[in-house]
Formats: sequence, structure tokens, C-alpha cells
Amino acid sequence: MSDAGFDEWMHAFAAEDGYYLACENGHGHLPPRRVCPDCGSTEFTEEALPGTGTVETITTVHVATPAFEADAPYDTAVVDLGPARVTGIVVDAEPGAVAIDDEVEVDVGASETTGDDVLVLRPV
Amino acid sequence: MTGVRVAGVGLTQFGSHPERTGRDLFAEAAVNAREDAGVPLDDIEQLNVGNFAGALSEGQGHMAPLLAEAAGLDCPATRYEEACASAGVAVREGVRTVRSGEADVVLAGGVERMTNQSTEEATEMLAIAADELFEVRAGVTFPAAYALMATAYAESFGVDEDDLKTDLANIASKNHDNAIPNEYAQYQRELTVQEALSAPPVAEPLGLFDCCPITDGASAILLVSDEYAAEHDLDAEVAVVGTGQGTDRMALQDRDHLARTPAADDAAAMAYDEAGIAAADVDVAEVHDCFTIAEVLAIESLGLYEPGEGLGAARRGETRADGETPVNLSGGLKAKGHPVGATGGSQIAELTRLLRGDHPNSDEVTDAEVGVTHNAGGTVASAVVHVLEVAE
Repeated sequence: MSDAGFDEWMHAFAAEDGYYLACENGHGHLPPRRVCPDCGSTEFTEEALPGTGTVETITTVHVATPAFEADAPYDTAVVDLGPARVTGIVVDAEPGAVAIDDEVEVDVGASETTGDDVLVLRPV
Repeated sequence: MTGVRVAGVGLTQFGSHPERTGRDLFAEAAVNAREDAGVPLDDIEQLNVGNFAGALSEGQGHMAPLLAEAAGLDCPATRYEEACASAGVAVREGVRTVRSGEADVVLAGGVERMTNQSTEEATEMLAIAADELFEVRAGVTFPAAYALMATAYAESFGVDEDDLKTDLANIASKNHDNAIPNEYAQYQRELTVQEALSAPPVAEPLGLFDCCPITDGASAILLVSDEYAAEHDLDAEVAVVGTGQGTDRMALQDRDHLARTPAADDAAAMAYDEAGIAAADVDVAEVHDCFTIAEVLAIESLGLYEPGEGLGAARRGETRADGETPVNLSGGLKAKGHPVGATGGSQIAELTRLLRGDHPNSDEVTDAEVGVTHNAGGTVASAVVHVLEVAE
């Protein structure tokens, strides 16, 4: 299922081609976006987004929704990529091993529970 | 613009009632509010009800006419949905309707049925108050979102993890103490700081006792104009003198600061301005402590504390029942319970009882004249603040 460009945006990271939408006044946002919430602009261009960033905040989730039941416990983090932030699940590290300010790479993985595509974060 | 009085309040016992429907719960609260007010059924001109997840938990959309029917009302009825701030918005719109002169008597409140869901189902249901694309699909549950804020708070203000957990445990313990005498509370029992600290983790650093429970319940508030109260000689000494609402970016990742809640800052500023008060005038507060860290963010947004200063307030005793500014004398969402769509109305009901003197904890605030309620939706993407005053 494609949700107005969300899946395309997420998979761009897997191709090391991540991007964000920049409005004409330079505000950065993730797609889908028709109106800039900062200034009301409706003119956007796709700009390259770094594939790595630093963890800004993180938690280890023990009680998950049914869609992530088999994944738990897992870490979810908000990562600063510069022009925009993303939220994803940490992979290739034990829960609790990644901390604030650690560098992570953004990629696409699969939920262990459903097999659905998930934005994942891998320690660099 | 007419003034608005709280003529009556009604609550159900908050707790686990999986066999009771939303309509049954709301009808009980509505009857209680009407009897408390002494207002005839036919005088009620409008019903505003908050409900978040009836479509998921009960397979029931179009709640407003159903709840009007259940409460015996034949008047315009509208459902308000703003996640956990649903009833706060329903009350706020009721206040605005009475003020405008469009109606003299409005019943407002809310209802939620939740314990007929498993923990996992309820977690999924509540998670939809977050951004579906950018948060829910990244495994963010409702506790996880607040845990992300708690971690960001500790990082921003240089708090180490043990101190963070201890201060949060003190908030949980305080609110349990307050709930003990409250007949409407889900948990009328003590919770020690040590017990809170040794609870299993839900989303670190938050443990089980940092989280509000899954709750069934309903609230109803009967709002009347000053003129109606005077004409009918109602005993309605508590007035709603300020109401405010704010909105923020839905996803945490899109916010300027991950450990502040500007939607509540805006709601408080609007409500204080209408009421002509400042934070220093607040005698008692009912705030949205769906998680212990949420109480910290709430008292900072209300201006009772500077950013970074609210965390230790319960530990220092300042927000305890006998402290300078008691917070959540009802027990809060943490111990009184959190039937999502009903909570904002229950805060108004509890604060009204506290100011009138008929709440079991009223003795703690015998001189209180000004109280505020703070009701948040999601991770405070929505916020509603009300100022209540004992009228002359």
C-alpha cells in the first residue's frame, strides 16, 4: 500500500537516496506535505537528506502493539538528520545499547511480527 | 457576554466495568450531574460529549445521538474527538455556547469504554493518537512516546536516570495517596516510591506505575449561564472564568523541543488571560498525568514551574496535598483512572467538588479560590486548560 508518497520516501533510504521536502523559504519537512506548517508555502523541492544522523531521544519498548508484539523488546528513537528528524526502530544492537548522541544509519527493514516494512536505525 | 457556572457534576466510578456499555456509563454520569444541579431535563438545550475510540472498542460511531437518547435528552448533540482531550474540548465548546447567549443550559462531558480490550488491543487503540505514518509504523506506543519525552527531558536538564526515576515515582506515589479517599477513583490504595521503582518496565524509563491504567468511565458537567443560575436560585458557586486551547505538531520528531508542551503553554495563556489571573494565583490544579512525566510537563506549561524545575516538585512536597500548590487531589489519571474520552470532564467535576468543599480532599484546600484543569490529547498535540473560580 502506498500512502501519498510515504512508502516511496521510506524506501529511498534503502537506496541511499533519502530526501526531504524543502519549501521555498527553506523549511524542511518529511513527505507527504502540500503546505509548509512553518510558513504556509505550497512550493516544495526534494532535497537530499543524509542517511546517517544522531540519536536525539530513545526508549526501549517492552509492551508493544500487536503489530510489534514479536519485536519487543525493541528500541525506538528519534534521530536528527539535520534538515529533518525521523523516528525508527533500532536494529543490529541489543535493546538499551544505543544512547543519545550515538550515530545511526537509516534503512528499511521488516517487522518481525508482521513482515511489514519499517524504518530502521542501525548503529554506525 | 454572560458568565458560566458549573451547576452540577456527575461521574461514574472509574475502573473496570467491561460488561457496561458506553451508553450506560454516560447515562449514569448525566443523571448524577442533573440531580446534583437540580435542573429539569427539559431545560437542557445542548449536549457536547467527548469520546475517543468508541468506533474501535464498541464498534459504535455516531455516539452523540446515542448518548443523548441514553441520557433522556432531546436536543442538539455533538461528539468531540481530540484523543485524551476529547471531553476538555466538549466542555470548552459548551462554555463558549453559554457565553455567546445561544443556550443557557448545556450538558458536557465524555465517556470511554476500554477494559473490554486486551492490554495489546488497548495499546494499539491508544497508539492512534500518535502520527500513524511516522510514529505508529515505527513502533511508537503511547507510553513509548512519553518515554521519548522523559528521556529528552532528562537530557535537556541534566538529570541522571536514577534521579529521574525517583522523582517520577514520587509523582505516582503522591497521586495514589490523593486517590485513597476518592470514591470515584480506580485505585484507592497506597503506592510506595519503592514499589513504583521496582515495577516492570513498559517503555524505559517508564515502568508500570508511571502509567495510568486502562479505565472505563464517564463524566458529565451541567453548565448554566449566570442569569439562569440566578433565576432558578441554583446553588452554583463555582464559575468557569477562563478556557483555552492549543495545538502542536502531531509527531514528536517535528517539534522544536522534545521536552516541552507549547500547546499547553498556549492553552494556559489563553485561559489565564480570559480569567485575568496569573500562574501565581492558582491554588490547586488537576493536570493530565497519563504518565508521570506528563504531570511534570503540565505544571511547567501552566507556569507553576519553570522548564526543568517541575520534576522534583512532588519529591519536595510542593505539589502534595499539604504542599503550596496541590496537584491532582483527585488522584489524577494515574490513580483515579483515565477513561480517555471522559477525562477532561472528570477534571472539571473533581475541581468543582474541591472548590465547593464536598470533595473528600477539600479539607486540604479550604481557602482555595482559583483552580485550573489541564487536559492533553496525545503527546500534547492538543491541550485544553480551564480556570475555575469560587464566584462572589
